[in-house]
Amino acid sequence: MSQPFSAAMSQVGPDSDVVVTSRVRLARNISGFPFISRASNPVRQEIMRVVRRAVDQSCNGTDHDQGMRWIELQSAPSRDRILLSERHLVSRHFANSDGPRALALSNDEHSSIMVNEEDHLRIQFLCAGSRLSDAFKAAFALENALANCTNFSFHPRWGYLTACPTNVGCGIRMSAMLHLPGAQIMKETDRIKRAAKELHLAVRGYYGEGSESIGDFFQFSNQTTLGATEDALLEEFNGIVLPRLIGYEREARTAALARYRSRIEDIVFRAHANLSAARLLTADAATKDLSRMRFGVVMGLLPIELTTIQRLLLQVQPAHLSLIDPRSLESEEADREVRATYVRQELLRGTTDTK
Amino acid sequence: MNCDHCDKPAVVHEIVIKGGDSKEVHLCAEHAIAAGYPLPAEQPLADIFPKLGSVAKVEAAKSKERSAKCAACGLTFTIFRKSATLGCPACYDAFMPMIEKVIESAQDGATHHLGRSPVGGAEIERVQNLRVKMMRDLEAAVAAEQYERAAKLRDELKALDSPSP
Repeated sequence: MSQPFSAAMSQVGPDSDVVVTSRVRLARNISGFPFISRASNPVRQEIMRVVRRAVDQSCNGTDHDQGMRWIELQSAPSRDRILLSERHLVSRHFANSDGPRALALSNDEHSSIMVNEEDHLRIQFLCAGSRLSDAFKAAFALENALANCTNFSFHPRWGYLTACPTNVGCGIRMSAMLHLPGAQIMKETDRIKRAAKELHLAVRGYYGEGSESIGDFFQFSNQTTLGATEDALLEEFNGIVLPRLIGYEREARTAALARYRSRIEDIVFRAHANLSAARLLTADAATKDLSRMRFGVVMGLLPIELTTIQRLLLQVQPAHLSLIDPRSLESEEADREVRATYVRQELLRGTTDTK
Repeated sequence: MNCDHCDKPAVVHEIVIKGGDSKEVHLCAEHAIAAGYPLPAEQPLADIFPKLGSVAKVEAAKSKERSAKCAACGLTFTIFRKSATLGCPACYDAFMPMIEKVIESAQDGATHHLGRSPVGGAEIERVQNLRVKMMRDLEAAVAAEQYERAAKLRDELKALDSPSP
């Protein structure tokens, strides 16, 4: 975790021009225990012991046979908890809440299990680009391995029982984080959001539930979990909805560039100039300008690698920045100064690398 | 002529003149009472009473909902309403009628799980197939007016839906 950029968030994959990350998350509860809201701390500790045993047993002979790291959040330093949330491995709520809770994390940081979040287990696979079907397979492989060592609460009519009754059935949440600057320029974002709602998709901001969109990043996820098989839900989301969203954004980008070329070039090059010259920079301002530069890169306007932008998008976040230079923790001004200096150096290097 | 506020036939018809403008008002018995209009004498009161009775029934059902409590974990319906999260697997049966509504509206009308089952899935698959067959039998029994058989099937279906231990 002290690696500054080993996470899926800083890599690229298929359709990365639009799809930043893909994620599949499965909600499961262990039978015989109350859900988290009615579980005392000793009961939560017991749940953690059961899950840890299952993780240790099930990891043998699977992709995770080197074991998963076990991080107990209630005793982890605050910076580590924020790092995990900046990498989208835990929800902000989980990072900041109280009580015994843990994260099991594979070495490559793609697979993870949140223990004692809203449900006893949130089994997750997160990767760069549009790879939902891979994420789906990997999440179920881990779930299957765990199911061999522990019993999940299951109801013949409602399927997998979840603390929130609207997640029952398959208990599956498939998400794609999309970068939609084209739709934003063409003023189509609201229309996309409305269409998504009609398709029973949730549209959220950069940090998931309850967060706002920063830099035209939006997270789309399914809300239907009952009355269809997991494969049918995947097919609908990954085979129909996601390709349409990607196609729509690409068309919007082409149309935007044809119509407002100078305006877009102005936005992109100003963002680059800003980040190349700034001496003080907040995380939000950096994210916004990096988003504009990301648009310029995928449209072929800026000769910079997309991986550089992806890596910087993660590294400008406060906890990641403090890994690079702990002086950023000294004061608000120091945080801004360290960020501006680091981004300036990296952009200078990124541009010279590709020349 | 229907009521201005609903689809029921209007029993009160008035022309209201206010500030030089005239406006026609047509109201059914319930909305007329609510608006404070006296009902025409020929309106049989019995027409209103069943409605009032059903209002009382709805109120009684609501108050039963509000006082529901899960015997296994002690969660009350009021707390569930506030937090939108349940306390334990048994809550699904303790708050069944309310949860059914919540799930159906969130899940686009879906009422049954069709996805994977935990290990030991063969048994669950058997139960699921059995349910489908029993639901078809129940429909057929109702259509053929075999009410005793239908009641028996309904009880058996209910037993199938109780949670696994």
